[in-house]
Amino acid sequence: MAPKKKKFTFHVDLSSFMPASDKDKEYMVQMRPSTTFFKDGMKRLYKNKVAFISLIVIVFITLSSIFVPFFWPYSYEDQLGVQPGKPVDSSYNNLAPFEYGRTEQTKIDNGESVFPHVFGTDAAGRDYFIRVIYGTRVSLAVGFFASVIVLLIGTLVGSISGYFGGKVDLIIMRIVDIIYSLPDMLMVILLSTVLKLTLTPVIEGTFLEAIGANIISLFIVFALLYWVSMSRLIRGQILSLREQEYVLSARATGAKGRWIITKHLIPNCISVVIISAALQIPSAIFTESYLSFLGLGVNAPMPSLGSLASDALNGLTSYPYRLVIPALVISLIVLSLNLFGDGLRDAFDPKLNA
Amino acid sequence: MSSKTALYIIKRILLAIFTVWVVITITFFVMHSVPGGPFVGEKATTPAVQAAMEAKYGLDKPLSEQYFTYLGDIVTKFDFGPSLKQRGRMVIDIISDGMKTSMVLGVIAAAISTLFGVVLGAIAALRRNKLIDRIIMVITTAFVSMPSFIMGSLLLALFAIVLQVLPANGSTPAGLVLPIITLALYPMAYITRLTRSSMLDVLGQDYIRTAKAKGVSGTRIIFGHALKNSLIPVLTYLGPMLAYIVTGSLVVEQIFAVPGIGRAFVSSITNRDYPMIMGTTIILAALIVVMNLVTDILYKVVDPRITLE
Repeated sequence: MAPKKKKFTFHVDLSSFMPASDKDKEYMVQMRPSTTFFKDGMKRLYKNKVAFISLIVIVFITLSSIFVPFFWPYSYEDQLGVQPGKPVDSSYNNLAPFEYGRTEQTKIDNGESVFPHVFGTDAAGRDYFIRVIYGTRVSLAVGFFASVIVLLIGTLVGSISGYFGGKVDLIIMRIVDIIYSLPDMLMVILLSTVLKLTLTPVIEGTFLEAIGANIISLFIVFALLYWVSMSRLIRGQILSLREQEYVLSARATGAKGRWIITKHLIPNCISVVIISAALQIPSAIFTESYLSFLGLGVNAPMPSLGSLASDALNGLTSYPYRLVIPALVISLIVLSLNLFGDGLRDAFDPKLNA
Repeated sequence: MSSKTALYIIKRILLAIFTVWVVITITFFVMHSVPGGPFVGEKATTPAVQAAMEAKYGLDKPLSEQYFTYLGDIVTKFDFGPSLKQRGRMVIDIISDGMKTSMVLGVIAAAISTLFGVVLGAIAALRRNKLIDRIIMVITTAFVSMPSFIMGSLLLALFAIVLQVLPANGSTPAGLVLPIITLALYPMAYITRLTRSSMLDVLGQDYIRTAKAKGVSGTRIIFGHALKNSLIPVLTYLGPMLAYIVTGSLVVEQIFAVPGIGRAFVSSITNRDYPMIMGTTIILAALIVVMNLVTDILYKVVDPRITLE
């Protein structure tokens, strides 16, 4: 029983100074476990509906471009009207969606089931759905590998420049300035034109032939020209992070280089790097489809989304859907990658958001 | 203009000249690294004819001599040599012919996209988070993620084939409407987003609050204070916009059969018309470099807060 409280007394209420009971202590315990940088970012990303939906779209498109060809009964290069030893059956060319060729129609009339041509066939009698799927696969793969190349070269050059500083930095940055001011698209067209002619005899008969001279030249062009903005970014990051106060304070409290690098520099730098790599993918897909459209992209019969759109222009009057489908897929991929990249940036790099 | 600004401008001009020289050099050596030379694959040429052709175009001389002749001709006479496939025509004549059409296309597209972009962006910023802002943002997001050739093909399909209101062929003035729209949509969407975000930024500044507090009318705040300052970032986009319009015109002119420089360039790639490829690359690149230079200088002159390196 607490002593009766008197007004105007200086007596101290002793009950306020009792040792804390277990129940009291519970209030003081931190309720949620401490989050890591990654978990925190993921939570913010999860809350961002637009970015989350974009991620689902990307995953869906990627998975279907990888797995659909495994069970789809047609292949992207089979001309269905062409059978060995028989005259070409032109009833397979330019089928509308869910129509069938002559031999398939007789099969259906006999009660057999035939897998439908969901998007019809193209002018050479190839199943259009699988060509779109395959084109998506090619475009995504090109985008992905091109950004990996850019990421690797950009990180390497940028960190060398930022780490060594001085003359090395000065020379590298002047080179970067010049490459940066070159009009990239024109250089890409020029280099792909020439590399296509130069590479074709060189890679003949090797495994690289399957990829095609055009795609390899596209990768080379990316490796030559597109790393500059990435390396600028990383150099800037390293330069500014090195001078941050928290690095100084970590050093002052006796942290060793390894600790500073793994706990301070990498977590602060990696998000920027990954985000700009993610935003590089749509730009690579853009470039590839642009080049394919100009006839400098993948080798026939392999399709890419750009070459499908370009081929569709010839029959635009009769078969407009053949243009609309790859157009929609490209726009969807680029849009969702851009939105997802923006979401990643907002979630993992709140500093940039300010 | 301070001496620091003058120094910066001189440095930028020197860098631009150097860049153009780099472009010329890269273009020259890259084109000459193609195996076989330009006359391989021509129909019915005997070795003697080939040698005569190579002598005529100066291809039998050592590479370094060819390079200095080429460079000298460009600098002194603005001469890019003769076209290999269109016999008897000079590259510069073909380019200046195509340039007339392409310039009209590019300038109108740039004007339209800047005008509409600024107006739409300002509306979106002033009606932030209202329905009209949402609509503008959704549409511009869609436009920004659509490659120009897709946009062009879709517009062609819609207006020229389904609705049949505009001609698909771009060789008449009416036929230029669709290519201009195609070229203008992406920069317009970009400028809209740029204006919106910079306008929102400006509207949050203290001097806007001061103006409001001393009773300046809404229109005066918007036109006298906010819009003027939020246009500075838009100015920096002029250079990239020109680069976009130049590269975009390559495919757009192809789709709509516009007789411009872009189509000439693409057909020179398919024809392997080497001097034509080189000449067009160099001129377009120089155009982009000069435009970037002008943009940079304008930016520094207009906004005195920018610190000069």
